[in-house]
Amino acid sequence: MPTVSMTVNGKSVSGEVPANTLLVEFLRETLGLTGTHVGCDTSQCGACVVHVDGKAAKSCTRLAVQCEGAEVATIEGLANGADLHPMQEAFRENHGLQCGFCTPGMIMAAVDIANRHGGKVDEETIRHELDGNICRCTGYHNIVTAIAAGAAAMGK
Amino acid sequence: MSESGIGAPVRRTEDQRFVTGNGRYTDDINVAHQTYASFVLSPHAHAKIKSIDTKAAAAAPGVVAVFTGQDVADAGIGGLICGWTIHNKDGSPMQAGGHPALALDRVRYVGDHVAMVIAETLAQARAAAELVAVDYDILDSVVVTGKAKDKDAPQIHDEAPGNSVYDWAIGDKDAVDAAFKAADHVTSLDLVNNRLVPNPMEPRAAIGDFDPGTGGYTLHTTSQNPHVARLIMSAFLGLAPEHKLRVIAPDVGGGFGSKIFVYAEETLCVWAAGKIARPIKWTSSRADAFLNDAHGRDHETMAELALDKDGKMLAMRVKTVANLGAYLSTFSSAVPTYLYATLLSGQYNLPSIYCEVDAVYTNTAPVDAYRGAGRPEACYVVERLVETAARELNLDPIELRRRNFIAEFPHETPVIMTYDTGDFGASLDKALELGDYADFGKRKAASESGGKLRGIGFSTYIEACGIAPSAAVGSLGAGVGLWESAEVRVNPTGNVEVLTGSHSHGQGHETTFAQFTAARLGIPMDQVSVVHGDTDKVQFGMGTYGSRSGAVGMSAISKAVDKVIAKATKVAAHLLEASEGDIEFENGSFSVKGTDKSLAFGEVSLAAYVAHNMPEGVEPGLKEGAFYDPANFTFPAGCHICEVEIDPETGTTEIASWVAVDDFGTIINPMIVEGQVHGGIAQGVGQALTEGAVYDADTGQLLTGSFMDYCMPRADDLPSFTLGFTETVCPSNPIGVKGCGEAGAIAAPAAVINAVTDALNIKDIAMPASPATVWQAIQSSTKQAAE
Repeated sequence: MPTVSMTVNGKSVSGEVPANTLLVEFLRETLGLTGTHVGCDTSQCGACVVHVDGKAAKSCTRLAVQCEGAEVATIEGLANGADLHPMQEAFRENHGLQCGFCTPGMIMAAVDIANRHGGKVDEETIRHELDGNICRCTGYHNIVTAIAAGAAAMGK
Repeated sequence: MSESGIGAPVRRTEDQRFVTGNGRYTDDINVAHQTYASFVLSPHAHAKIKSIDTKAAAAAPGVVAVFTGQDVADAGIGGLICGWTIHNKDGSPMQAGGHPALALDRVRYVGDHVAMVIAETLAQARAAAELVAVDYDILDSVVVTGKAKDKDAPQIHDEAPGNSVYDWAIGDKDAVDAAFKAADHVTSLDLVNNRLVPNPMEPRAAIGDFDPGTGGYTLHTTSQNPHVARLIMSAFLGLAPEHKLRVIAPDVGGGFGSKIFVYAEETLCVWAAGKIARPIKWTSSRADAFLNDAHGRDHETMAELALDKDGKMLAMRVKTVANLGAYLSTFSSAVPTYLYATLLSGQYNLPSIYCEVDAVYTNTAPVDAYRGAGRPEACYVVERLVETAARELNLDPIELRRRNFIAEFPHETPVIMTYDTGDFGASLDKALELGDYADFGKRKAASESGGKLRGIGFSTYIEACGIAPSAAVGSLGAGVGLWESAEVRVNPTGNVEVLTGSHSHGQGHETTFAQFTAARLGIPMDQVSVVHGDTDKVQFGMGTYGSRSGAVGMSAISKAVDKVIAKATKVAAHLLEASEGDIEFENGSFSVKGTDKSLAFGEVSLAAYVAHNMPEGVEPGLKEGAFYDPANFTFPAGCHICEVEIDPETGTTEIASWVAVDDFGTIINPMIVEGQVHGGIAQGVGQALTEGAVYDADTGQLLTGSFMDYCMPRADDLPSFTLGFTETVCPSNPIGVKGCGEAGAIAAPAAVINAVTDALNIKDIAMPASPATVWQAIQSSTKQAAE
């Protein structure tokens, strides 16, 4: 079995995994980082979104070995100790989640949207950019509000 | 109102763990020495099983065990059950076929469970499942609702001749027929309520574990009602006695009904864990969820509304064929009957209603409750009929509604419901104002100048929630009562645990119930925690569905809080050397009227536990339980207005605006309630515009078996919503709440289709009104106009 090494949430990690292990499996099963979720098997739902080298990526759609040497960030690494990241705080403050299952992927995608579009990103852009994330609970209304608020807070 | 009092938009307690990735869903849990299960599913819609050869699978690397239906039958494990017996028109009970957890001699839909393979790793289990050789004799299948009872349709269960599960009726047929004869106008519609796949984002999962030391089983599962699951597994399947089976439903990622039911997989994980004396983990793939999670809706209906020349409604006549799939799921039989036809009066004074429902077996996944469960289907029939009648009579749809609104309460409908309270005109008025109805003409003209077609649709819905009075549902065939339980445990230091039989899988009970309890006890909210979802911790409860947790679950908490306050008052009076009648309890303090003598809630609870100085005959401690059985259903109602803008070139429908004004009675946390409405509307818009489960009519294969084929609404399919509330306090429970979980899903489909048909100036269009369907409708109506 190949050994894979990468940086996850700022820590160097490595593990011996079958070559066909997906990044999400490596995170959940090998590292025990179960905040990243699997909601489908066709790369449609976005519950598994993490950041790979600073960009949003669906961790169900790449192999762990493809991430050799990469910098991976998951939902568990977003907060600064007890202080929530502005996007996490915005989701909490704006009721941008209900069951919480899509939430880690939503927040990671949202941070990426904010990184790319800045603090004044508008509703239409947010809705369009959420193309790769499905939520079944919220009807997206409060997610969109949360992302706008989170992006604005990140811009400060 | 304090920052966390009743009516305050308190931010959710549970969110801290969810936004940081610290939620604990079933698939996040691993048990030492666990094995993994994979199921062999039928690739055929209908087939005889000639033989199953498991030798190669059993010999594959890592395989621990392989089980077939015969193994389960030999162990004396019972089949999956339907807990509600519906009676035919002639009074005989429904015709129900058996549902073995693993098929014995026949498979009846694509996805039917055939064998269970257990291995050391998931990859090994899946690989070995491929090696199970099943020899099938393929039979003809039927998947289309309206064809199930055709003479040449294949027979699916021997017990159900002609694939009829039941033929049921409600109402006074003779009165309805007479009213139709005398009517000035009859509006008729043939409606299909499209089949939906619930698709909570968390796929179902289960971990079965057996402790040989105690003989006890533990099941972690994605359930909306862990106690009911335990009861069914124990009493009907015979897996283990209730006191030897612990069912834990930890964080659950959405349910929408589909996680109420007891399925084959979790049942088999419990049973097989005992057989191999090791834990077994199973997590559904999304593909398997499409095949095997109970689907929703799937009605074919002929509906007629009789009116007089002034637009006064005289009678309604409805004939529905309801598809229940290949097996009767846990509560399936009740959905197209008592949760559907009993709501056909809508918000209207209808002197007589008659509804016949034929429920049928088909070679499709079982159909059961999905958000709204019967009530969206009823609302669709009523509100499509009303809007269509208004157009046919050249009346404003608002005016036709107003002429027929029920205005006096209580109101007994011709379909066994007694509406307790409401103000339908108030929610309509507020919605018209919020939606700026007066200027709709200007908006329509603006759309037209941009080459778009604009339409407006109304849905003045009512639903029956707070499910349900036990004696009433018992008289209608339910196998259980539908009360709820609570226990309020005050600890010596004055903080409180609320144990509820309700289950939260996104609804925010940890916040709402704590908010309610803290307000009643006058203590800070962070002094209250809510415990649910574990049969070893929580007393028996009925779970969460049918918008019942506020009205029924929280009412049980309210009763238990009353008892806590009553006992604490006795203790406080004793300590303060006052008579009980002189004690006032306010803001967390017991005081003697007219004096400055008082004790804080925490001081009284400590005294109750220390028990050095208790009143005569009062037991130590401060912990009270309550069971609350509702006196009636609750009746949330309101008005949703949808405006659409359609591009005639592409057939694309955009929701241009959405106004919802709902009357949910007393609201504890408006932020959470608004979130529930948003989500419900989104699912209703999904039904109307994007979603539909389709089986191939020849092969019975599910054609919409992934998120690539089944169109879930995404952020850019939906608008931001404008919400408002009116309030008539529910008289039948101590809090005055009605329930809010399903309203949006109930109201929305009719509002959307009323708007689309208005925009296109056509009588009807099928759901989902996808761009292709809308474009075709535009082409046919243009062609008709040309001819």
